[in-house]
Amino acid sequence: MSGRVNDFTLKIATVNGTGSASANALLTKAVFRMGVPVMGKNYFPSNIQGLPTWYEIRVTELGYLTRSGHVDLMVAMNPASFAKDHAEVTPGGYLLYDNTWPRVHDLSRDDINIIGVPLANMVNHHFVDAHTRLLMKNVAYVGALAGLLDLDMEVIEGLLQETFGESKAKLVEANMQAVNLGYTYVREHVECPLELRVERRDLTDGHIIIDGNTTAALGAMFAGATVGAWYPLTPSTGVMNAFSNLCDRYRTTGEGEREFAVIQAEDELAAIGMVLGAGWMGARAFTPTSGPGISLMNEFVGFGYYTEIPAVIFDVQRVGPSTGMPTRTQQGDLMACAYAGHGDTRHICLYPADPAEAFELSARAFDLAEHFQTPVFVLSDLDIGMNEWMVPALSWDRDYRPDRGKVLDAEQLDRLSGPFQRYMDPDGDGIPLRTLPGVHPAGAFFTRGSGHSKQGTYTEDAAEYQEVMDRLARKFETARRHVPAPAIEYAYASSGHDGRQRPTACAIVSLGSCDLAVREARKALKAGGTELDYCRIRAFPFTDEVERFLAEHETLFVVEQNRDAQCKGMLLMETDVARDKLVSILHYNGLPITSTHI
Amino acid sequence: MTYIRKPLVHHTDLPVNELGLTERDYEGGMSTLCAGCGHDSITAALIQACWGLDIEPHKVAKMSGIGCSSKTPAYFLRQAHGINAVHGRMPSIATGANAANRDLHYIGVSGDGDSLSIGLGQFAHAIRRNVNMLYLIENNGVYGLTKGQFSASADVGSRSKGGDINEQPPIDPVLTAISLGCTFVARAFSGDKEQLVPLIKAGLQHRGFAMIDVISPCVTFNNHEGSTKSYAHTRQFYHPAIHTDFIEPKAEIRTEYESGKSMPIELHDGSTIVLRKVDVDHDPTNRAAAFGYLERHRAAEEIVTGLLYIEEEGRDLHAINRTVADPLVKTRVHDNQQAVLEEIQAQYR
Repeated sequence: MSGRVNDFTLKIATVNGTGSASANALLTKAVFRMGVPVMGKNYFPSNIQGLPTWYEIRVTELGYLTRSGHVDLMVAMNPASFAKDHAEVTPGGYLLYDNTWPRVHDLSRDDINIIGVPLANMVNHHFVDAHTRLLMKNVAYVGALAGLLDLDMEVIEGLLQETFGESKAKLVEANMQAVNLGYTYVREHVECPLELRVERRDLTDGHIIIDGNTTAALGAMFAGATVGAWYPLTPSTGVMNAFSNLCDRYRTTGEGEREFAVIQAEDELAAIGMVLGAGWMGARAFTPTSGPGISLMNEFVGFGYYTEIPAVIFDVQRVGPSTGMPTRTQQGDLMACAYAGHGDTRHICLYPADPAEAFELSARAFDLAEHFQTPVFVLSDLDIGMNEWMVPALSWDRDYRPDRGKVLDAEQLDRLSGPFQRYMDPDGDGIPLRTLPGVHPAGAFFTRGSGHSKQGTYTEDAAEYQEVMDRLARKFETARRHVPAPAIEYAYASSGHDGRQRPTACAIVSLGSCDLAVREARKALKAGGTELDYCRIRAFPFTDEVERFLAEHETLFVVEQNRDAQCKGMLLMETDVARDKLVSILHYNGLPITSTHI
Repeated sequence: MTYIRKPLVHHTDLPVNELGLTERDYEGGMSTLCAGCGHDSITAALIQACWGLDIEPHKVAKMSGIGCSSKTPAYFLRQAHGINAVHGRMPSIATGANAANRDLHYIGVSGDGDSLSIGLGQFAHAIRRNVNMLYLIENNGVYGLTKGQFSASADVGSRSKGGDINEQPPIDPVLTAISLGCTFVARAFSGDKEQLVPLIKAGLQHRGFAMIDVISPCVTFNNHEGSTKSYAHTRQFYHPAIHTDFIEPKAEIRTEYESGKSMPIELHDGSTIVLRKVDVDHDPTNRAAAFGYLERHRAAEEIVTGLLYIEEEGRDLHAINRTVADPLVKTRVHDNQQAVLEEIQAQYR
């Protein structure tokens, strides 16, 4: 390992429930405030207190905001995971541990540098209260790292002041004391800074650090959603927490009356039922969930598809099957969402790659749901949803107007001759006209999940049933032209008269949170002389651009985070691509994919 | 079938309500249920009640789950939107719809299978949330559409058409609802419209979840000897404990009520219900007493009917949520969203 300024990975091993999360967030934010791009990822247990937890910070001047696959500096604070943490350090790297107690002797490597800091000892001497000692030990390692890595102490103090505010000035003081304990010790006992260190840059201007659950909630609020129903489920819980907080602030009248309703349902069956009820009534409604919730919602999703009721479902994917690993990430619900429900059902799915895109696609989902009168899935994952990502600051189109779809108002219904017919195809795009309850007597119809004719009446007639099913298929074809196009990057610029890019022989197809790892891998491959075009799918149904990309390449590596190659399976099923052209690169151990894996 | 339109014969002499509408204007499609089905009588009572309350038909949302009972919203108020949810999940549809638009009347029609078996959870939680709606359970103790299996409301000892004897205790929707905190709990019999119509009116005007368990015999699968939900059995053990008189806000209370036997209760909209008690020992505003009363009569195998429990002061879904008066159907978009976004993002820099 070479001495690297602004290019290294540090990993912190602690015990969960001890307050290390805020210490780690402080570290990440300090690097960000020093103008250096930074990635923070939390690998936490499905537990409240006492189990091992890790936090990985990558300092990356070149902007590789994904896991490097290395650990250049390990902060080993947890005796229970010490052996594993010790073994994980990349040769030439550093291991910082609390030498208040002796290390197990047979665990020593001569290819890494060991730094001992008596964190517990120092903190115990300085603070009286037991709980404070526990918390401050974490803050003390922040101080030690500040000394070792040359972090700006003024930035750290500023962040503490922002966190606690003037009203809790004493907490700022106590925290700074703990920071100084660690800082002073390493400055006196270790040659500081290390070869790894942080130098100020101005590369984070115009960026924010945010998680994708918060941005998904922001998207919902900006799209004007008014009803949210949910059942708490890791890792999706943050979506509704954020939505409630945002709405408390921005959707509450001066008299304290809410212009929104958030309902904690008894289970996911009820949550999606509430969303469909609100959608049927004409409100923009959504539910955040994860895999187990998707399983429970299946019957209602099929109902929403067949009765043509708008709904937005956020699936913050976690590791399945079954309960799986609730605090680990995966892209395991691609097929479960695309084909949710029994019988012939296909749903619009959107695949954001990071929190910034989660904001954009969240808002877009509400427009698509109402335009196409159907449930729409937004599939992010635990990595996007719960980790803090550095992304460009979000922007919003000031001319945005919600697309409420083909809804007849009272005036239009007044002019209606004859009874309203719900499931016709007046414009040939497969999208019927819709009416909302309570608007006009002429708009009434009966919504049913049982067989219905295009007039909306009950039917068991073969031809009438099939006519509606065929129109639904047509509607899905129309959606193919409306959903977000893929993000395609060609290795070579356009050449020749036609202005079209000259494709490479091989290419990568991927989606969602694989994006940054794919990008870094492409650069590494390019440095080795291999150029690959790249298509990141952003939506299902797959658009014509996806089909064309598949056709113009000989071999396509499909990178995704599940065992069964679900994206590849969907491509084989839904496009004309030949089976032998697609080669899977799969990652499904629950941790976010790395570029080295690709 | 519902798509066969009823003959629209003009009866010029039919009485009209305040909106100038006759009861015919509150009807729906033709029922496809078996001749003599109790559910059709309940449909007729609903039509009469809505007409009597001068409710604009299109200001009603009709909802149901799956089963014979759940077909009935197609048979009344053709000018109202209706929705037939999946089995046992109507309460969640109603909750979401009501959350989105508090301006409509909500009528949910369910059955004993829909509410007490597959949908018991949603039924219970809609009660907890005190969703402002009328919730009818058309209770016949049997699965009709799948041909005669016992439902969760079948009594111990009741005999199925195939000869099986039910040995599992029934779930009583009335006791269940009271224990869950339901603010309006009644039981009625499809064969007694005199009692059912005012109960439906009171339920529609009650602010909160109004549950009426209506014994509604299944003529095809549960009307034989040995069934405890047959017409014959219900009539024999029928015990109307309380009659309800519904008095609209504009009307005066003209009838003389015997004190001690009658109890007037004012509803939030200013209308009044006067409960005429056959059993003076029953106090429908006292939850514990209601339990005891119902248990005593259950032990005597009597089917007690009437408004058995009421709490008019309960806070409904919107009161608890502190929702604005306007429906949430319109999207709420700030005039200057870009500025809001800037403000929010400041904390993430």
